Amino acid sequence: MQYLPNILFVIALAAGVGFFVLNIKKLIRNIKLGRDEDRSDNKPQRLKNMAKIALGQYKMVRRPVSGIVHVLVYLGFVIINIEVLEIIIDGIFGTHRIFSFLGGFYDFLIAVFEIFALLVLVGVIIFWVRRNILHIQRFLNREMKGWPKLDANLILYFEVVLMVLFLTMNAADLTLQAKGAEHYANTSGIIGSFPVSQFIAPLFENLSISTLILIERTAWWIHILGILVFLNYLYYSKHLHILLAFPNTYFARLKPQGQFDNLEAVTNEVKLMMDPDADPYAMPEEGAEEEVPAKFGASEATDLSWVQLLNSYTCTECGRCTSECPANQTGKKLSPRRIMMATRDRIEDIGKNIDANKGSFKDDGKQLLDDYISREELWACTTCNACVEACPVGINPLSIIMDMRQYLVMEQSAAPTDLNNAMTNIENNAAPWPFNQMDRANWINEN
Amino acid sequence: MAEAIKVPTMAEYMAQGKSPEVLFWVGCAGSFDDRAKKITKAFVKLLAKAGVDFAVLGTEESCTGDPAKRAGNEFLFQMQAVTNIEVLNAYEVKKIVTACPHCFNTIANEYPGLGGNYEVLHHTQFLKALIEEGRLTVEGGKFKGKRITFHDPCYLARANRIYEAPRDLLKKLEVELIEMKRCKTKGFCCGAGGAQMFKEPEPGTKDVNIERTEEALETKPEVIAAGCPFCNTMMTDGVKNKEQEGKVEVLDIAEMIASAEDL
Repeated sequence: MQYLPNILFVIALAAGVGFFVLNIKKLIRNIKLGRDEDRSDNKPQRLKNMAKIALGQYKMVRRPVSGIVHVLVYLGFVIINIEVLEIIIDGIFGTHRIFSFLGGFYDFLIAVFEIFALLVLVGVIIFWVRRNILHIQRFLNREMKGWPKLDANLILYFEVVLMVLFLTMNAADLTLQAKGAEHYANTSGIIGSFPVSQFIAPLFENLSISTLILIERTAWWIHILGILVFLNYLYYSKHLHILLAFPNTYFARLKPQGQFDNLEAVTNEVKLMMDPDADPYAMPEEGAEEEVPAKFGASEATDLSWVQLLNSYTCTECGRCTSECPANQTGKKLSPRRIMMATRDRIEDIGKNIDANKGSFKDDGKQLLDDYISREELWACTTCNACVEACPVGINPLSIIMDMRQYLVMEQSAAPTDLNNAMTNIENNAAPWPFNQMDRANWINEN
Repeated sequence: MAEAIKVPTMAEYMAQGKSPEVLFWVGCAGSFDDRAKKITKAFVKLLAKAGVDFAVLGTEESCTGDPAKRAGNEFLFQMQAVTNIEVLNAYEVKKIVTACPHCFNTIANEYPGLGGNYEVLHHTQFLKALIEEGRLTVEGGKFKGKRITFHDPCYLARANRIYEAPRDLLKKLEVELIEMKRCKTKGFCCGAGGAQMFKEPEPGTKDVNIERTEEALETKPEVIAAGCPFCNTMMTDGVKNKEQEGKVEVLDIAEMIASAEDL
């Protein structure tokens, strides 16, 4: 019976990690539903961007308040995870503070964990206040009602609970060590340094050893189970960004923001049209038909590239894009954040549909265009790249808007009338206005 | 033009068996829009003053395809692009300067993939280079000490990371440059990009150009400096809407340099 806790722990750990792996597999499957796009070039630059933007949080601090608080919470998360490693080893082998052989360095580590736990607590409270009390516009847009708001708060509550449990566990542990409790006490004195929880410890002073062990064990168990639950919450939450920010910044575009990709399928057709030697009656080469894309542009999430779908899963709904979008800031329906959220909602729905129908998608009468993203939103974009520049993790909402515009124009001829007029002008007289091309140089002789 | 500056075409150059130092890509706005034509003429005056050997395509120029591409019409864009590239390559053009950031972006970034490889410069970069080479001298003149704010064109600034060339020119004019709250990487669009210039805006609470003009006017400028014919139109309309046209001018940097030099 003495190994029961160890066995329970291993089962919980295996279940938590196993379920997480299943979800990650599903995530990768969904992202791969997107069309292929080559982002294997220029690896050194990509690694540099990942190090700078994801690891280094370089774009986060462009907004100093939320940026610096985020860096604290992020550092706390990363650093406290070292402690989770110890907790896991202790859990499996029933040891007590296995890393304590590190001696003075261990004291230092525990002290750092505690200080960061406190900083994370403070940071999370600041975030909660910003989201719930201060009227910060980017947290109040229409796409933030309901689940997105609850999701954001749940993450904060999770973190508060985890940090409080961590500090409570340490305070009880410290008291147990001081009282010389068996399994906890060490002949060489107190192990670990507890700059924060030493202020909680006095509350435990008068408790019996068995009560203290109960408190310590309860906090320890709920803390580690909480972490496993949180790990599995990620897939259902915007919090997935803590993982996906890394691949997303790695695979982000490296070209100038103003450069929009030229559609290769169109290039082939245009070249054929412009080629005086082309035989208009030529039979298509064998197999050539397969190369013709089924569709120009995107009307469905699966018409987008895997990078765009990865973008949508990475979005943590911070709304920096939307708060800098000229269309959104002047009251238009377009919100680049909502473009990302709607894309993720759609690819998730497609994934669930595939799961429910034994691995193949069954038409649900819906598509990304109109059912998730309206035309009004798409046409409001000025392609100014403010959203792309603002995103702290390298998401490109503009590319989705452009792909969907391409579908509307090239597949449906559904551009606004004014735009159709401008395009007709370009086609007929090589300028978006109805002027004759032969008058193009008239300015030279005008006064 | 009044001073009868010779604006040769590439066809004329070719007929003489010569090629110019640089091709001036005028663009649709610069060719047809009455306001933008003034920018074109001012820039031509500066080119002439600096003794730059330049030519234009004249009636052989056609829309780069930028508005078509941003509207989603990739076919029309590539038709335009391929046509233009054929003309440019036939003239063996190596270097292009343009006063339009949209033409600049399209030719510099999107033409290479379709066979058009040129050195492309925005006119503010080109003018800056002329000054550095000592071919053009600029002194403050009438803009010295004036409060001036600069509106970053999206397709020059964020799109191509060119923030300093226009500001360096304003420094040469010895103006008091007052930045708007949203500038450089955070510059707020004038509302014309993405083919919005050619359509009515979607319903909202305000037009984008009004929002941007209000921000520009907060700096209490005497001149709103621009580097794009479309931004110029949007900001000019905004200033009129705010009934400030008597007090605040919207000028392209090329126009400012030309008028500082009394050209």
